[in-house]
Amino acid sequence: MFGLGLLKGLSVTLRNMGRKPFTIQYPENRVPQHPRFRGQEFTWYEDRCTGCASCAKYCPLGIIRIVTDTDGGNEQDGGSYRVDTFDIDQGRCMYCGLCVEACPYDALHMGSNFEAAQYERQKLVITVDVLKERDKHPSTWFRPQLERGRSDPFVGGSTGWQEAGREPFYWHPKRPGQVPEDLGKKASADGEYD
Amino acid sequence: MTLHTEPVTVNIGPHHPSTHGVFRMRVTFDGENILDVEPVIGYLHRGTEKLAEERQYTQVITLTDRLDYVASMTNNQAYVLSCERLLGIDPPVRGMYLRVIAAELQRIVSHLVATGFFMQDLGAFATPLMYAMRERERILDLFEMLCGARITVSYMRIGGVFQDTPEEFWPALGRLLEELPGYVDELEGLISANEIVLTRTKGVSIIPAELAINASLTGPMLRASGVAWDLRKAAPYDVYDRLSFEMPLGEHGDNYDRYLVRIREIRESIKLVQQCVEQIEPGAVRATTAMLFRPPPGEAYVPIEAPKGELGFYLVSDGSIAPYRMHIRAPSFVNLSVLREMMVGWKLADAIVSLGSIDFNMGEVDR
Amino acid sequence: METQLPERNVLYGWVYDAVKDRLGDDWAWLAYALGAITVIMVAVNAFLLLGTLFTWIERKLVGRFQARVGPNRAGPFGLLQPIADAVKLLFKEDIIPRRADRLVFNVAPIVMLAPSLMALAVIPFGDRTFVADLNVAVLYVVAMSGLASLAVLMAGYSSANKLALFGSMRAVAMLVSYEIPLVMSILGVTILAGSMSMVAIVEAQTIPYILVSPIGVLVFLVAISAELNRPPFDVTEAESELVAGYLTEYSGMKFGVFYLAEFANVLLAGAIFTVLFLDGWEWAILPSHVWFLLKVMTFAFMASWVRATVPRLRLDQILEFAWKFLFPLSLLNVILLAAEVIIWPEPSAGDLLLMAAINWIGAIAAIPVMARIVSLSSKPVGLIAPEVR
Repeated sequence: MFGLGLLKGLSVTLRNMGRKPFTIQYPENRVPQHPRFRGQEFTWYEDRCTGCASCAKYCPLGIIRIVTDTDGGNEQDGGSYRVDTFDIDQGRCMYCGLCVEACPYDALHMGSNFEAAQYERQKLVITVDVLKERDKHPSTWFRPQLERGRSDPFVGGSTGWQEAGREPFYWHPKRPGQVPEDLGKKASADGEYD
Repeated sequence: MTLHTEPVTVNIGPHHPSTHGVFRMRVTFDGENILDVEPVIGYLHRGTEKLAEERQYTQVITLTDRLDYVASMTNNQAYVLSCERLLGIDPPVRGMYLRVIAAELQRIVSHLVATGFFMQDLGAFATPLMYAMRERERILDLFEMLCGARITVSYMRIGGVFQDTPEEFWPALGRLLEELPGYVDELEGLISANEIVLTRTKGVSIIPAELAINASLTGPMLRASGVAWDLRKAAPYDVYDRLSFEMPLGEHGDNYDRYLVRIREIRESIKLVQQCVEQIEPGAVRATTAMLFRPPPGEAYVPIEAPKGELGFYLVSDGSIAPYRMHIRAPSFVNLSVLREMMVGWKLADAIVSLGSIDFNMGEVDR
Repeated sequence: METQLPERNVLYGWVYDAVKDRLGDDWAWLAYALGAITVIMVAVNAFLLLGTLFTWIERKLVGRFQARVGPNRAGPFGLLQPIADAVKLLFKEDIIPRRADRLVFNVAPIVMLAPSLMALAVIPFGDRTFVADLNVAVLYVVAMSGLASLAVLMAGYSSANKLALFGSMRAVAMLVSYEIPLVMSILGVTILAGSMSMVAIVEAQTIPYILVSPIGVLVFLVAISAELNRPPFDVTEAESELVAGYLTEYSGMKFGVFYLAEFANVLLAGAIFTVLFLDGWEWAILPSHVWFLLKVMTFAFMASWVRATVPRLRLDQILEFAWKFLFPLSLLNVILLAAEVIIWPEPSAGDLLLMAAINWIGAIAAIPVMARIVSLSSKPVGLIAPEVR
């Protein structure tokens, strides 16, 4: 009969009126993110980075620019390149995380911010100084070791470079002071140990 | 005295609140009856197929997210399946189960969006749309747990998915599966028995089964016309051969049937996810591949049942790290081909509603 | 001069007496003028303010129905939102198309708003609170509501825009079709009450007429929704498939006047509904104005509720509904009520209850039958061959 379906619809709407609204009033409250959130404010550990530029090669958009220089030239004895320029153009970044996936040394991690808007387009390019000095709050995206350690980028202070990596920090057997205990273990494709 | 009238051609045009993206139609009216419809597309063309020729296979996954931007997981799945066929590898079982869970959740999201905007076109002043969006938010929160992004997910990789699920995912998924049928019932209670919806959509823009088959329609449009064809049953991929579900069919192929098929498919997807949750076992989620792999020369095409129809990526490899040619068989593009048969003879108001019931997405149509 | 008996209108009487006491009998004309102006000012301002408040209420309510918060940033609880809207509209450029008919274009918003204000004159807001007690008040109100369709036609015709004209023609077709069921349902109430004066109708309702004539209430509610361009009949304003209908070329405060007129008309319709069917301002405990306001707000709540829930009908379906369903029903209503009033000329409360019972049985019998007749008689819509011109 004409009207019963409409009355049912009206009752549905009325019931929803009694419920709490689903709205979250930004900017007073924010939607909580999961630690795996792929956001802005990349976390870069200078001590882990060797300047291999795998991230730059793997970026689909080609927005990472890395210029390195030899650091005294003792690569054979455990030195690493000095990274002079490490520009990430956040204005064109799509936060896909492939650079983070590519980094073999767990030096680059995603951040968790989404509010790093600027007034000028040039300011969106973050340089190596910004990356060096920033607080390190790595997202746990593609970093199962951080997830196992229950790390949360939104809580707590900076994560140091020793905790942030899958493998213990060793580059070269000749580097003094770092004896690798896990020498011989390799991480598998999804980050777990075989 | 006879009244002289003249048909007028009007642009319903790329900027329009009701056309689901930048889609333009040149419609010829006589009064309010539609005499002819000519769709004009290409306003969202971004050169995806050409861009794919310059990117490695894994980088192309990020391109495929943005095709049907409402349903990214299934885009990823279609592409990754074709790549795996090229490479000749099989993903581990747990990876396949995770893929199916993600794809079915994505199907729920896409159908919710379709229903919400369908009702918006009917004029229901955004209320069903808001309810649909509210449910979609819960599922998008799950996607964020899975892979860190809500819409452009890049979740799947060649050889499985990129990483295993966090621990919080399974209880959250269980909670969602408990609450979702109730919400879908509520949404349906607002719409399915509503006399005004019935009056405006029943019997409107009928696509008979023969026309649907001849026009290569796929997806809910085809099933609403009564043709029982679903790629998950006809050519199962991933673990669909281990899961059981029904295929909702429509009878007449009018707007109402298309809406009804989608709502019923949401329920079937919920069942599928529940079966996956029961059947999944711990294990690896990703087959090991090289970072820059070079598949042997050849071609592959593995179509899947995306929420909008049959989606497939035709990949040709010449042995290098990037595909030689990638062609996307987009369901929305093919589904739009019956626009003239659907709309001619009906009124302007019906035209907008019929567009909503096709549920196309310009990201796919224009690529 | 003394067309108003002072004891029938409290505010007028107070001002009249005060002026006359101070200045003497020679100045009776001034007392009358001042009293009249005071009453009119209060009524008009209250109406327009409530109209803007209703825009806020509607947005909040529709937001709550949709599980979200309505406006809440402009002022506490968003109460300054209508003021923000008004200020914004005042700042906008007032564009008049070059080929538009300037006089008609400028006058159309006034023709939209003025009849609502004029119809306010006869509605009793409370005990002895009205501007005028015409004894043909119902006829006057119906005439004023008819002027709204004239405004729509003027707006569409004077914009030099074929699509605006198209939209306004459709709107006028709908408005004109729904006037007849509206008038018939009001006629039913007039028959019951035995008088066309609003005050007399309120006093004659020993039992609210919403119980006595259900068919009349149904027809009135549907017809008044169509007259107000509210969903499910909002083809004119929200069916923006082509453009915004007759309002396309209006910008700035002229559009603001149309907008305000639309929302204020909802309140006016609520006031008419209250007076005719809900027993006006009667029922003790609270003061009568408060009761009136509560009843009008109930109508407004129902209007918002329906708007948030229901999709809209197509124009030819709307016209079909008016002519094939509402018109015969309203005729049936009038016949039933006329027969009953012949049998019981001066209905007391008990007689009214008996009539109510008969009317309810008639409603439950007639409505499904009418619905069946309508659905059987309407041919399948669409698929008109192109040769048919």
